[in-house]
Amino acid sequence: MKKVFKLEDLDCAHCAAKMEESIKKIDGVIDANVNFIAQKLTIEADDNRFDEILKEAQKRCKAVEPDCEIVIS
Amino acid sequence: MTRKQKRVLLRIIIAAIFLVIALILEKSGVVQIISSVFYLMSYFVIGYDIIVKAVWGIRHRRFIDENFLMSVASIGAVFLGEFGESVAVMLFYQIGELFQSCAVAKSRKSIASLMDIRPETARLIKGNDVLVLSPDEVQVGDIIEIKPGEKIPLDGIVIEGSSEINTSAMTGESKPVEVKDNDEVMAGCVNMTSVIRIRVTKPFNKSSVARILELVESSSSNKSKSERFITKFARYYTPVVVIAALALAIIPQFFITAGRMEWVRRALTFLVVSCPCALVISVPLSFFGGIGSASLKGILVKGSNFLEVLSKCDTVVFDKTGTLTEGNFSVSGVYPEKLSERVLVAVCAAAEQHSNHPVAKSLLKASGEDYKRFKVSSLKEVAGKGVIALVEKWEVAVGNNSLMEQIGVVYSVTGNSETVIHVAIDGDYAGYITVSDQVKPAARTAVEALKESEADNLVMLTGDKDEVAQKVAEELGIAKVYSQLLPEEKVEIIEKIIKEAQGTVVFAGDGINDAPVLTRADVGIAMGTLGSEAAIEAADVVLTDDDPTKIVTAIGIAKKTCDIAAQNIAFAISVKILFLLLGAFGATGMAGAVFADVGVAIIAILNSMRTLRYKG
Repeated sequence: MKKVFKLEDLDCAHCAAKMEESIKKIDGVIDANVNFIAQKLTIEADDNRFDEILKEAQKRCKAVEPDCEIVIS
Repeated sequence: MTRKQKRVLLRIIIAAIFLVIALILEKSGVVQIISSVFYLMSYFVIGYDIIVKAVWGIRHRRFIDENFLMSVASIGAVFLGEFGESVAVMLFYQIGELFQSCAVAKSRKSIASLMDIRPETARLIKGNDVLVLSPDEVQVGDIIEIKPGEKIPLDGIVIEGSSEINTSAMTGESKPVEVKDNDEVMAGCVNMTSVIRIRVTKPFNKSSVARILELVESSSSNKSKSERFITKFARYYTPVVVIAALALAIIPQFFITAGRMEWVRRALTFLVVSCPCALVISVPLSFFGGIGSASLKGILVKGSNFLEVLSKCDTVVFDKTGTLTEGNFSVSGVYPEKLSERVLVAVCAAAEQHSNHPVAKSLLKASGEDYKRFKVSSLKEVAGKGVIALVEKWEVAVGNNSLMEQIGVVYSVTGNSETVIHVAIDGDYAGYITVSDQVKPAARTAVEALKESEADNLVMLTGDKDEVAQKVAEELGIAKVYSQLLPEEKVEIIEKIIKEAQGTVVFAGDGINDAPVLTRADVGIAMGTLGSEAAIEAADVVLTDDDPTKIVTAIGIAKKTCDIAAQNIAFAISVKILFLLLGAFGATGMAGAVFADVGVAIIAILNSMRTLRYKG
């Protein structure tokens, strides 16, 4: 499943790159892309584990930039 | 400014005031404790969140992180007794970060407003009622009404009314386009003169507007080589500088006795200069600006990497039909044996009226209403050759050489560089009509402009016959022509051209049948109007209005963008190195270094916004 999420308060391009690297390494993630300019995160991952992968991605995102949050509606 | 940003600004102002008070108190010789208190207050106001983030970073095992470095540098300064420096470091850093976040937000917003093509509402006609809805609630087949001055919310076909449309938001063309019954209109354009009603043909999320917006947004995901270089650079730069800082703090202690604290001080300055922010922000911003400004001109670029490849272009390969020529035939000459020209054309048009062949369409166009006067019966289409029909009481055969040979009529042989349609009436040769594809005037302008630029190696490819190809090439001034090509042969030729070229190779074609060549070229530019899915899929750049002069514009924007990105990279790196050296030799303090850093970031970000303005 491939889904796109909005990232709130992503101000640092360097952080965007670090987040992308970190999320790519999550088990079950096929591909991830952080678009700094559009403030969007695209994750392609295992259908069954998508929710838990998303939670882990949120954690890693905060670890890099504590102000930034993935908007999960 | 967002609320968060305003809070930071407030903290900066308060901290700055405290700092100034502290400096004045210190200089005026007052008891040290009082000035120290002000320094401390200033420090906390401005720096508390950086220290918190630094600790947070350590918990997540990220030592080499800006917050950590800034904290170490400023705390180190406190230990050295340099309170002023310590506060200044934090202050300037926060100013820099605030500026960065404002500049990025502003850049994003200005691109968004330039791209403000998103329509807000649609007026749905249901029977006698008019409902105002959001565009994504309207279905295909619904009728919507657009008043003068309003933005067209969805793609559709005009069913009532006629008006003039401003397409500049979508194509960059300011000349108004007339539309009437059965004409297609694009979402995002503005209706100017009168009310029109259209039947919606595509849902909102598939409309031209939605697709352009999506293309521009996702284009930033295709990173250019420069952007990837910066990311890699930043990853190595910071650790290297930190190690150098450590080395600087420790090693010279054994040799030069400038005082151990002095070396620690210089090492701390190093730490402060180790932040690569300016670089990392400004490069993506410049490319985004470039892509945004290209979209405004109707040039949709699918990724920053394509801007880079475009900027190095020295060869442009054109497909003929649809790219350099209009793509629809029109009658260029009528040569009857006995009948008048008008009657000959009318008779042919009558015979061809039900055919879908482009030749038939051109005959109908040339004949206007005339052909309707003739009664036509027993129509027979002979594949690849023409049409035989009974017009009034005559047996009319309209077609090419083989059709004439088939019915045994002797025809005029012309070594013509145009498509020739022969006509026979009741077995007698009645004359011929020549039909040709018109060269786009814009093509001439484009070729001239390209010849003056660095992309002056021009080639034309076509499946059409030699004489026609030569004529078009001569008219335009293109020296290298390959004609009578099958699609696979086109790919072979492009590969040969790529191998021989020094710069990159651009191929411009109309997409529908040129997909493999578009894919193979370094940059494939599709002359597709937004209706053609195949064009958008295969191409790297899509021109929304089929105008070949946009190729020149695209190359221009690409060059400017890459130049600005290169300027930023060179500027930022050299200033950094300069300050590293100055810091190592003690010629600058920490505050100076951070100040320079902030200055560089500001300049780099402002410079990258220049890509938004391109006049060409």
